[in-house]
Amino acid sequence: MLRFIVRRLLQLIPTLGGLSILLFVWLQRLPGGPEYALLPDDATAEQRAMLRRSLGLDEPVMVQYLAFLRRIVQGDLGTSLQTGRPVLDEFFLRFPATFELAVTAMLIAVTIGLPLGYLAARRRGTALDFAAVGGSLLGICTPVFFLAFILKVVFAERLGLFPSAFRLSPGISRTDITGFVVLDGMMTREWDVVWDAVAHLALPGLALASIPLAVITRMTRASVLEVMGEDYVRTANAKGLHRGTVRTRHVLRNALLPVVTAVGLLAGSLFAGAVLTESVFAFPGIGSFVYIATQERDYPVLTGFILLIATMYVLINLLVDISYSLLDPRVRAQ
Amino acid sequence: MPTTPSSQNPSESPETQGAEDTMTEEKVPFHKRKAAKVDRLAELMGDRSDGGHGAGIWREAFARMRRSPMAITGAIIVAVFLLVALFSPLIAPYSPTSQAWGSEVFPNRNEFVGPRAENWLGLDHLGRDMFSRMVIGARQTLMVGVVATLVGFLFGALLGGVAGACSVLGGRWGRQVDNAIMRVIDMMLALPALLLAVTVAALIGPSLTTVMIAVGVAQIPIFARLLRGAMISQGNREYVLAAQAMGVRNHKIALTHILPNSMGPVIVQSTLTLATAIIDAAALSYLGLGNPNANFPEWGTMLSEAQRFLSSAPSLAVYPALGIIITALGFTLLGESLREALDPKLRK
Amino acid sequence: MSSSTPLLAVDDLSVVFHRRGSGETRAVDGVSFSLEEGRVTGLVGESGCGKSVTSLALMGLLPDRGVKVGGSAVMRLPDGEADLLRISQRRMRDLRGSQLAMIFQDPLSSLNPVVPIGLQVTEILKRHRGLRGNAARKEAADLLYRVGIPDPTRRLNEYPHQLSGGMRQRALIAMAVACRPRLMIADEPTTALDVTIQAQILELLKDLVTEEGTALLMITHDLGVVAGLCDDINVLYAGRAVETAPRRPLFADPTHPYTVGLLGSIPRLDAPRGESLTPVRGSVNDNIAWTDGCAFAPRCDHYTMDCLQGPPPLVEVGDGNGGGHVHRCVNPIGHADVVDREVLESPAVVGDDEEERG
Repeated sequence: MLRFIVRRLLQLIPTLGGLSILLFVWLQRLPGGPEYALLPDDATAEQRAMLRRSLGLDEPVMVQYLAFLRRIVQGDLGTSLQTGRPVLDEFFLRFPATFELAVTAMLIAVTIGLPLGYLAARRRGTALDFAAVGGSLLGICTPVFFLAFILKVVFAERLGLFPSAFRLSPGISRTDITGFVVLDGMMTREWDVVWDAVAHLALPGLALASIPLAVITRMTRASVLEVMGEDYVRTANAKGLHRGTVRTRHVLRNALLPVVTAVGLLAGSLFAGAVLTESVFAFPGIGSFVYIATQERDYPVLTGFILLIATMYVLINLLVDISYSLLDPRVRAQ
Repeated sequence: MPTTPSSQNPSESPETQGAEDTMTEEKVPFHKRKAAKVDRLAELMGDRSDGGHGAGIWREAFARMRRSPMAITGAIIVAVFLLVALFSPLIAPYSPTSQAWGSEVFPNRNEFVGPRAENWLGLDHLGRDMFSRMVIGARQTLMVGVVATLVGFLFGALLGGVAGACSVLGGRWGRQVDNAIMRVIDMMLALPALLLAVTVAALIGPSLTTVMIAVGVAQIPIFARLLRGAMISQGNREYVLAAQAMGVRNHKIALTHILPNSMGPVIVQSTLTLATAIIDAAALSYLGLGNPNANFPEWGTMLSEAQRFLSSAPSLAVYPALGIIITALGFTLLGESLREALDPKLRK
Repeated sequence: MSSSTPLLAVDDLSVVFHRRGSGETRAVDGVSFSLEEGRVTGLVGESGCGKSVTSLALMGLLPDRGVKVGGSAVMRLPDGEADLLRISQRRMRDLRGSQLAMIFQDPLSSLNPVVPIGLQVTEILKRHRGLRGNAARKEAADLLYRVGIPDPTRRLNEYPHQLSGGMRQRALIAMAVACRPRLMIADEPTTALDVTIQAQILELLKDLVTEEGTALLMITHDLGVVAGLCDDINVLYAGRAVETAPRRPLFADPTHPYTVGLLGSIPRLDAPRGESLTPVRGSVNDNIAWTDGCAFAPRCDHYTMDCLQGPPPLVEVGDGNGGGHVHRCVNPIGHADVVDREVLESPAVVGDDEEERG
């Protein structure tokens, strides 16, 4: 198992290496060169020349690339043009908010999607199945940011059921331990904070969950349908096993294998989706920050974000592979 | 196989058929008796040529789709969308850019104009006819979808096709090439589609072309992986081995044998990508990377512009959003039912 | 062992599939046969003739929707007789695995790939015999040992993909015999296996029948298997029995052209060199409705106008003392010299000693 993990980690190196080249080329190709990305627009030619020298832009491309690589490895992603602070610090500051949102979305997607997909498969052709399939197709086809707007207008502004913006209501006092609001609230038993934070997470969480929910529902349904037709399920029935045993041990256990992969890949895409939802709810996470960065052409933030997403995607893939090999003995054997 | 007994043997008189002449069978000459029994058999077997063994998987798939309500709904939506998009200049009653009723709309005072006799869907925030903008927008949206899908399809199929062909037929060197290409694809896949699009858009500045290229590039790894996977699974079939054994050249095997048999999933994906492209294009517009040129209304741009007025004039956002959702749904329904119809597991 | 009523009497069994768009298909159309303890009955025919559907109908494993099952299948159970086609699903679940068991064609796909062999055996012991924990494991190991799996304790923790094809089929047989069922149905149990393994599996089944007195319904397209194993044989074509006879008369004196055709298509070692096989021409799809005449007529070399005048009845062969030899043919073959005595008398297909594998 350890060898497997090490091998997978080694496979990451070319992927991330290639990605860094891509990003490096991208930064080189930016209008006016990278110094524009690092200096305000009204910088003088003298300042530019100084920056070029200090960045080593007069050196050969290979040397520049290695320097770029060294900075990245050291965690230096540059300075945000919006705030003038290191990009990595900005990300760390906002990470807990986005992480909480992503977890909320995934919880919603899994707790609704799995049972719904399973029931739709078992009652194939009924109204429930039709609603599940239709609903998930609709979920995939609705632009996330539009769904977020609709949720905000209807449930926050018109009905007033949920707060429409931010992570917490203004004026609420909380003890900051980890930066994770819900977690802190639980640790300090400030239940009003927990409740308030959950209410703020509900709508953006739901909007962000729409695509994973749709995908998980459809995937579970298709997978359960396929497994229900397998020979080994017929064998289990021929053995006279109780229905419950057949469904859990023989159908679900096999049907959930591909869903695990899907959940992993979807988890990686949640951070990208956060860009589209957080901004609607003024949710102070990485997504909102990057949204403004795209509007303001804050390139260091964008570069950093792409690196962050890619690294996370790759790590999540690794986790999926490991859990897959734990769940499926056929993969383990290889 | 004979089709109908009467056309089978015109010299045969019709009264030799049927049950009534069994008593007289002895009197009929032997060769006639034989012909009678052949005719009777053909009659009982009925017409077997339809739906028979010769029909290809595509024809079979379309026959199955004709019975599927999902496919029919999708096809109708797509057909209506295509008609509107192609004939939009004829359908649109007004110019989509003329602010003819600009004096009636005051966004800062929350004064908007809803549907009325001369403007079927009302006016937008600048006093332009919403219906005309929607109709002309359909054409732009279609173009974004088609061009983006073509970009993804062409480059993805090229990469995936080369990788797949190398892996199947290229021996050890081929597998190395395949490996290298797949590393690149993996890298592209590590970037969520939307982020990839943002990257491209940031490189060449915001415009409709940006959106089309960006969305298309994001689809490349998906097409590449699909085609490669299908080609490798086809490459392990016996007919490829047979072709190799007969000395058919490798590139000919790849192009005339493996590739045509691997296109099914790629074509299904193209239909689905048309939907994804339209949605992703809307998201890019929302991020401010879309078309800044107001002369060419596009549903994604219209939607992101209208978000500002969602509380006071929700219909401005709802029309383009519904357009996007319904069109995407149409392509998705069509693609999914095509996938189902082509799935060998569901074929009996 | 002999009793006035058979262990299982299948009478006029029919299975009709309804499918949207393409009307109904009569997969099984009035099949009758009976099974006795300690005897092997064969259902023989090409794929698509309804033999597998028959077995699934008896096991109650056909899908709930779109299928109509008619006729009756009365089985003698410890607590009286019951019609397997009429009893509740719950009761059927109790009977499956304990009173009647089934062995399937493809051992790899019939075993759950992510559940260890041990659990797949013990789950049936727990369900029907109430065995748990170590007792169940010990019994499972015993069962695997009995069906000829070496080192059974180690195998309990292994997964199906770690076993060879023959081992997998043995494991499936172990599950089938776990609760000493009185009736076993084997659906092409050797088709997916190598020839040498086939012989071993058939020998194992034969031993189980002799030792336990189980009734075995053997479903196969392989007349070699039938010759070595079955006591009574039903030849099926397009959902109906076309010839039914004990083994000896069927092989010595087949009368239905289809049976003759099947026998003619077996390769034989003693055939003259260069003589080609004579397959039955056409395919099972080239048939006509039984209501119009003999379904086999389109592929038959001997059909006459009489064959096309309504359904041929099932009649006794010869002058009434054919010894249970019946056929459904209006123009039977008088004396087809297809198989000679020696083939029948040798134990033929079954190998003597098994190769021990580990």
